[in-house]
This record gives sequence, C-alpha cells and structure tokens, in this order.
Amino acid sequence: MQALDRKLLRDFKRLWVQALAIAMVLACGVSILLTAVGMYQALQGTQEAYYGRNRFADVFATARRAPVSLLPEIAAVEGVLALEARVSGFANLDMPGRAKGAVGRILSLPESGPPQLNLPVLRSGHWPQLPGEVAVNAPFALANGLVPGDRFLATLDGRQRQLTVTGTALSPEFIYTLGPGALMPDNLSFGVLWMLREEAEAAYDMAGAFNDLTLKTARGVQEEEVIARLDELLEPYGGQGAVGRAQHSSHAIVDAEISQMKGTAMVLPPIFFGISAFLVSMVMSRIVALERSEIGLLKAVGYSDAEVCLHYLMLAALVALAGIAIGWAAGTWLAQLLARQYAFYFDFPFLIYRVSPWAYALSALAALLTTTAGAARAALRAARLAPAVAMQPPAPPRFKHSAADRLMRRLRLSQPVIMILRSLLRWPLRSAMTGLGLALAVASVVASSFFADALDEIMDTAFYQSNRQDAVVMFTDDQPERVLEEIRALPGVLQAEGQQYAAAILRHGPRMKRVTIEARVPDPDLSRVVASDGSVANAGPGGILLSERLAEQLGAVPGTLVEVQFTSGRRETRQLPVTGTVKQYFGLGAYMDHASLNALFRQAPQYSAASIAIDPSRQDALFTRLKALPAVAGVPVMTDMRRSFREVIAQQVIVMNMVYITIAVLITIGVAYNGARIQLSERARELASLRILGFSRREVSFILAGEMMLLAVLAQPPGWLIGAAIARLAVENFSSDVYTIPLVLEPAAFAGASLIVLAAALCSVLIVRRRLDRMDLVAVMKTRE
Amino acid sequence: MADPVFTMKGVTKVYDTGGAKVHALAGVDLELPGGELAVLLGPSGSGKSTLLNILGGLDHVTDGRVWFRDLELTAMRDRELTRYRRDHVGFIFQFYNLVPSLTARENVQLVTDVARDPMPAAEALELVGLGHRMDHFPAEMSGGEQQRVAIARAIAKRPGVLLCDEPTGALDSKTGIQVLEALHQINRDFGTATVVITHNADIQKIAHRVIYFQDGRISRIQENIERLAPADISW
Ligand SMILES: Nc1ncnc2c1ncn2[C@@H]1O[C@H](COP(=O)(O)OP(=O)(O)O)[C@@H](O)[C@H]1O
Ligand SMILES: [Mg+2]
Repeated sequence: MQALDRKLLRDFKRLWVQALAIAMVLACGVSILLTAVGMYQALQGTQEAYYGRNRFADVFATARRAPVSLLPEIAAVEGVLALEARVSGFANLDMPGRAKGAVGRILSLPESGPPQLNLPVLRSGHWPQLPGEVAVNAPFALANGLVPGDRFLATLDGRQRQLTVTGTALSPEFIYTLGPGALMPDNLSFGVLWMLREEAEAAYDMAGAFNDLTLKTARGVQEEEVIARLDELLEPYGGQGAVGRAQHSSHAIVDAEISQMKGTAMVLPPIFFGISAFLVSMVMSRIVALERSEIGLLKAVGYSDAEVCLHYLMLAALVALAGIAIGWAAGTWLAQLLARQYAFYFDFPFLIYRVSPWAYALSALAALLTTTAGAARAALRAARLAPAVAMQPPAPPRFKHSAADRLMRRLRLSQPVIMILRSLLRWPLRSAMTGLGLALAVASVVASSFFADALDEIMDTAFYQSNRQDAVVMFTDDQPERVLEEIRALPGVLQAEGQQYAAAILRHGPRMKRVTIEARVPDPDLSRVVASDGSVANAGPGGILLSERLAEQLGAVPGTLVEVQFTSGRRETRQLPVTGTVKQYFGLGAYMDHASLNALFRQAPQYSAASIAIDPSRQDALFTRLKALPAVAGVPVMTDMRRSFREVIAQQVIVMNMVYITIAVLITIGVAYNGARIQLSERARELASLRILGFSRREVSFILAGEMMLLAVLAQPPGWLIGAAIARLAVENFSSDVYTIPLVLEPAAFAGASLIVLAAALCSVLIVRRRLDRMDLVAVMKTRE
Repeated sequence: MADPVFTMKGVTKVYDTGGAKVHALAGVDLELPGGELAVLLGPSGSGKSTLLNILGGLDHVTDGRVWFRDLELTAMRDRELTRYRRDHVGFIFQFYNLVPSLTARENVQLVTDVARDPMPAAEALELVGLGHRMDHFPAEMSGGEQQRVAIARAIAKRPGVLLCDEPTGALDSKTGIQVLEALHQINRDFGTATVVITHNADIQKIAHRVIYFQDGRISRIQENIERLAPADISW
C-alpha cells in the first residue's frame, strides 16, 4: 500500500465519528433512493409484465343487461382490439364455520377456451368445468382455508346454492382487492368467484346477454373517444358509463403506489444528499486548512496537483463508501419491509420484489457524486495551493468592525455572548446552512407526526361521527320501505336505517364526475354526514349535498345548479341545486333527501341498503340469519373494518414516525456534531487561551455549545414552517378520490419535533464538549497553525 | 570547478501583496558547483527562502533564468516542475513537515512511492541513525529525530540536490549538530549537492562555500579552505 493511501486510511480512522455522522445522513439518502427506485422498478416491472402476459384490459364498462348481439358492433369501434363480455354479480356467501357472511364477486368464464382479456392465473386445482363449480381468488381461499374440493353456500340473486371450489386463481383485475364499501382489502370477507358463463347467465337472468364488458384498445387511440362511443352503444341497455384504467380501483391504487415511489425517489434523497454535501464541504474545508503544510510538503516532494486533489476527494469518497454500505444495508432492509407490505396489500402471481443491481449502482453513484461535489471546493483549493505559499502559515483572518459589533457593544453583552454572535456572523453562509440542516430535521418530524394526528381526525370523523353503524346490509335490488321493519325484527338488531343508492353523472359547465348518490332520511343516527361543526348535515328536500372535494372538482358552491344524470333507476336528467358542502375523508360523497329522490323517480320509497346497530351478544345469530336471506347481497361489517383499518394504519404510522424521527436525529447529529467539532477545531486556541486566562470549563463550554444551540433554537421556526409546507404538499399528494387527508397541525406536534431536535443537538454538542474538557491546554497553545 | 548544479542569471522575485511591492530577490546571479555543501547566510527577510524555493521548483521567478544542470527551470510548466521536484530535489524544512498520521518509515515511503530510483525507506532511516525508530509516529519522537526523518525522506530518492531551509532552526544546539552531521555525511558519502539556509553564522564553518545574503542580493561569496566537522562547532 502506498504511504499516501495509508495516510488516507489513518485520517479516516481519526475522523471516524465525524465521518460516521455524515455517513448516516448520506445513508438516509442512499437507502431511500435504493428503496424507492428499487420498489418503483419492481412494482412497475411486475405490473407491466403481469398486465402484458395476462392481457389486462384498457376500458371497463358495466350495463344493466346488454344483448350479446351488440358485441360485433362494439368490436367494430375504431381502436378496439379485443373485448370480453362477461356476466358479473354479487353473491352473499356462507363460509363454513364462520358466523359472518362474506361477499363474493361472481365473474363468468367463457364456456370454451380462456378469456380474451384479464386472464386469471390458476394457482392450484383446475378451472370449473361443471355447473356448481367455481375458482376463487387465491387470497380469499387462503384467508378462509379453502382448498379445491371444499364447498360453501352462496346466494346468487336471491337463490341459494352450493358451490364447489375447483381451483384458486389470481387476476390482473384484482391486484388490490377491495370489497364493496371496504376501506382496505379484507380477504376473509370478500372474494372473487369465477364460474362458467352458462351458470352465471342462469343465476343472474343473463341468457344471451352481458352486464360487464372490458376492452383492449389499440396503442395511440384516444381512449375518451372509444369510451364515448361505447357509452353511446350501451346507453339503451343501462350502460353505467365506461372508464379507463385510471378509474379502475385496483389499477389506480397500484399506480398511485408506483408514482408515490417515483415521487419519493425524486424528492427525499436530494435533501439528504444536499445536507451531506454541505457537511462534507464543511469538514473537508477544515481539514484542508489544517493540513496546509502537509499539502505543501506533498507538492514539494513531487506529488502533482491532481494527486493532491484526488487524495482529498478520496477521503470524502471513504465517507461515501461508509454511507453506501450503511445505506445499502438499511435500504435492503427497508425494501424488504416494503415488499412485505406490498405482499400484504397486492396480489401478484409472481414477485419481482428484488431491488435491481442497477438501483444499487445508482444510489452508490449518487452518494459518490454527493461527497465529491461536497469535497470539490476544498480539494481544488488544496490542488491550487502554491507549494511555496502552503509552507507558510496562513494569513490570519481579517476581522472587520461591523455595525453588528457596535450594536453588541451598545447592548452590553457579555464577552462570551459577543464571541458566539461574532462567530455566527463571521461565517454567515455556514451558519445559514447549519441552521437550514437543523430546520430540515425539525421539518422531518413535523411532516411525519402530522400523519398520526390527521389519521386520528379521520378515524374520529369517519368512524365515530359519520359511520357509526356496526354493519351494512346490502340488498340485491332496491327493496320496498317495509324491508326495514323486517331487518329490525331480526335477532340482535338494535337499530336500522335505510339508504338508497343511485348511480349518476354530475355535470357543471364542462366538468363532470361519476358518483353514487346516497339518499338518506333526514337526521339519521347511524350513518350520518357530519359538518365541520359536528352537526348532522342534511341534503334538504330537492337539493344535493356534496363533499368538499367533489364540489371543488365540479366548481360548484352552495346554490350552484348541477346537472344530475341518473344512470340507474329511471335514467333521467335533472338540475338540482347544491344545498351545502361538507368535509369528508373517504370517497366523493353526494347526498340527497330520500323522499325527494323517490319523488323524483315517481316511485314508492325504496332502500338499497340498511345500516344497523347490533347487540354484540346476539351477533352470531344475526349473521347466521342474514346469510340465508335471499334479498341480502352482502353484509360488510364496519366494526371489523374499523378495527383492521386502525390496526394496520396505526402500525404504519408508528413505523413511519420512527423512520422520520430517526432521520431527524441523524440529520441533527450530522449537522450539530460536525459543526461543533469544527468550531472546536477552529477555536481551540481561543478557547484554551480563555481557560488559561481563568475562565471556567463551564464558561468556555458555554461559548462552544452556545453557538450551536443558538442556531438550533433559531432553526425551529423555519423548521416548523418547512414541516407544515411539506405536510401540506403530502396532503395534496396523498389525497385522491378514494381518500382525502386533512391537514391537522397540532401545537404538540411542533413542540415534539423541536424537543427531539434540540435534545439531539444538545447531546451532540455535549459529546464535543467532553473533548473540550479533556483538551490539553499547553499542547493546544504550542501547536502551530 | 565542477559543472554547476544550479545557475541563476538576473533572477528577481517581486511579491505584490496589494499595497507595497516586496522585492524578495533583487537581481541574483549565482553558480553553485556540484558536490558542494553551500550555506546561505543572511538576516531574516533577506530572501533566502525565496531563493531556495525557486531552486527547488516550488516557486516562480518574476524575471531572470534558472538552470538545474542543463534543465532550464524557468522554462518549465508546473507539471514539469512537479516532475523535477519528484526526480531531483530533496527538501528539508525548519518545521520538519512530517505527516503526523504516518510513521517514520511511512513518511519516507511517501517519497519513495513516487521517486524514480529510490533506496528502501529502511535504508534511508539507517543512514540517519534511526533504524530503531522506524515504526514510531512523529508525535513519539524528539524534534531532532523528526528532522532526521525529514532528512531520510529527502535523501531516500537519491536526489541531485538537497535543499534545507533552516534545518536546525527549531532545534537546540546538540540536536542541531546531529542533524548537521547527517547532512554532512550525506554530502560527503554521496556527493549530493546541498544548500543549507541558516541565519546562524556558526554553521557556515562546515560549508565548502558560504553565500551571504542581504536585501534580496548576494552580498558576498566565501569559499572555506578549511572546513570544520559539525561536531566541532557549537552555538
Ligand atoms: N508569499 C509571499 N507574499 C508576500 N511576501 C512574501 C511572500 N513570501 C516572502 N515574502 C517576503 O519576501 C521577503 C523575503 O522573504 P524570505 O525569502 O522568506 O526571507 P528569509 O527566508 O530570508 O527570511 C520578505 O520580506 C517576505 O516578507
Ligand atoms: Mg526563510
């Protein structure tokens, strides 16, 4: 090994605490970049391969009942490459050994040969060959312990039958499987059932007809045109409006995750790399200043400028190597954690959850570029230093008397305080960057802890104020009003309230939105729409109540007339005034008065579903009865949903908060420790002189700690602001038509963030203070600079 | 007289520090014969270091020409000067300038790593009598020992010239003499042309030739017919 390399390694060893403090910040960037790029590639690649191999459709449409004879005309629409017409419906499932029922989504399989589109992948067993046979989606089978040969009871369109499982399958349509009314996938209570077309036709009265159509369109075709044409063709048959992949719930969720990974990869790592570059630059500048005469020597004995430059860049590169090693380890672990989450949420038949070597290379390259950029200035200064000049001691820094000095004197500040302030002002850029680094640490905690508060708020309003029912009994078809009496008469039902659903397209000017309007009786008790002030909001007779997000998308305010085109029921179009808007976190809610809606349809009042409150002691009896009721399509149990939502989300929030707090602590240590070390190095003589002059350890430490802690305190307000801004951005980013996240900024979150960062900064400075205490005064005064 | 190692013609060096111009060298003509030990004597600030730095290729002249044997230093670009320093020049400085994180042997290796035809680092250290302290770090050695490491470092490349800027300036008389003995011995045994800067007049007695410096000019050159061994001088 060359002696110069040995110097490099020894210098690195001597600097290891500082190097490690920087490497940890760098590792944050590396690991996040690795994870985000890796998972982005993995998800994107898996999705693309899966969609390609299994011919995932581009356009999805439903109709009430369209004749098969319409298909050639649809196939002839320009841009349509392939189509698959199916019979689809819901079934109320009675799983053996389970009191609560499950909801099944029935999809028909062609009698002969595989489907054209959305090819399910068989995971075990075989496809159904006889009536009464079904293949079920694998996660449902797993959750319910179903294996080929098992049987269960299912009520399809009011008729109960026994179904035999022949196999398990996965489908590109159900990567993310959300049951009706569910907030999260629940494989126990929702399953997909593939059965032969003939049987599905018979069950849903669809002989020679279809109610579910998916299309593959040619590349480069305007999807909107195909959709418009399709809507026209399906209109006479109760078409409910076709949608593209963007509105396909499974695709949208997977896609959102993919773009979130991409966003994460682009936004977060540069912040860490920026801070790391600053820290490297600060430390390397100091090292080059300290090694001035060594640089002169190296040049005198014949090392070239380039070799000297490289020597210092390599020292920084060692920091990068440490950061890369830690970052790779942490990133690999993080990616595995995320992959496990994906495995929980997403059902892919094959996993490309391996982070590619390319992602490792990219993150390493980014880290090396970061430290190189950070060290470049110092290394170039070393390279440019003329050897004859380098051998001489540097000119002492010039102190100028400034207005600040005069002000400080006027304020009669004590000498240590003046020393602190003067040092801050002497290196304004460095002070600002140090402050910014600490502010970002604060921001990191603020921006993550807000999520916990936001979710509390969501859960409180969505679960404890709005949706207070224990379960929702969904009917196969709208039922006459007296169905509520029958529900109330069931064992264990304490309370029942009816709701009616009507699919509609809302239009206001050029804007349109497809929604399901919920009609409710005034002042309900279980399923309520709650205004910001906590009062129950009613649509009022003849009007429509919109969620704020929906109103915003339509550009509507209370008083605006919106065009409501009902795509179910009587399929009429009406102009209705917006009677109010209400803040909602789930979905795009639109509400009407129950009596008004039925009056509009000129029909006796009906209900599509009933929200019920249940006496827990009798719930098994109740669910057993519900499973056998022909009119019941399914019974989503809100209590279970709430519990699993809370558990899963709470766990995620805890993990996320831990990650961000760790990040904040690492940044703080990186910035505060290195900052204090450099101050100590620059001011060792000054501080030693003070000690010799009779200042106590405490007073001298005060000067050292004071500067960093003053910066840390000054960094708090900008940190809060940046944190709030990041939180706001995150809210906008995360919010979709599925959920909206409120921006809940509690003073406690700010205080907590400040506490964490100030404590971490103080610990870092105190560690440096121990060096100060142990400082050999005489030796310091003797060393020449 | 042997072929000169260094030839200087009309060399000036002006430092322009914003305000006043400092004429560190104000027209120097000099020929230094090979194989000699020359002492450059003069008060502080008279331009000795400047002259040595120019001879060593560490600094550029403002005007005039300088040759090392038949290489014209004043015609060289930085890259060639680096090469020249690497191949021909051994430097010894007042403050030793050892790399604190390297042992004695490694400090010497710093030079042998890049030199064309070096001697083993251990051999160079043996030559200065430090064979037993090779694996010590600078902080574990006395000033005299550190300076001898610096000498070993300078001679390990078998340089054409040894340029020493106040090599004893930071040392007490006894250790200073040890250092001079090492220089003396190398000059004698290897015939390495050696230039030693000092403002200590006693040291001149060991030189073949003494160059008196004053205000950026050579005021006088004196050849010693009788030289003393370093052990015979003191200050
Ligand atoms: N880098 C420099 N910039 C400006 N002036 C310098 C520089 N180096 C030396 N000088 C000036 O040049 C003169 C000669 O310096 P130097 O050669 O170091 O003298 P000596 O080594 O004889 O003490 C002095 O006046 C010194 O201040
Ligand atoms: Mg000098």
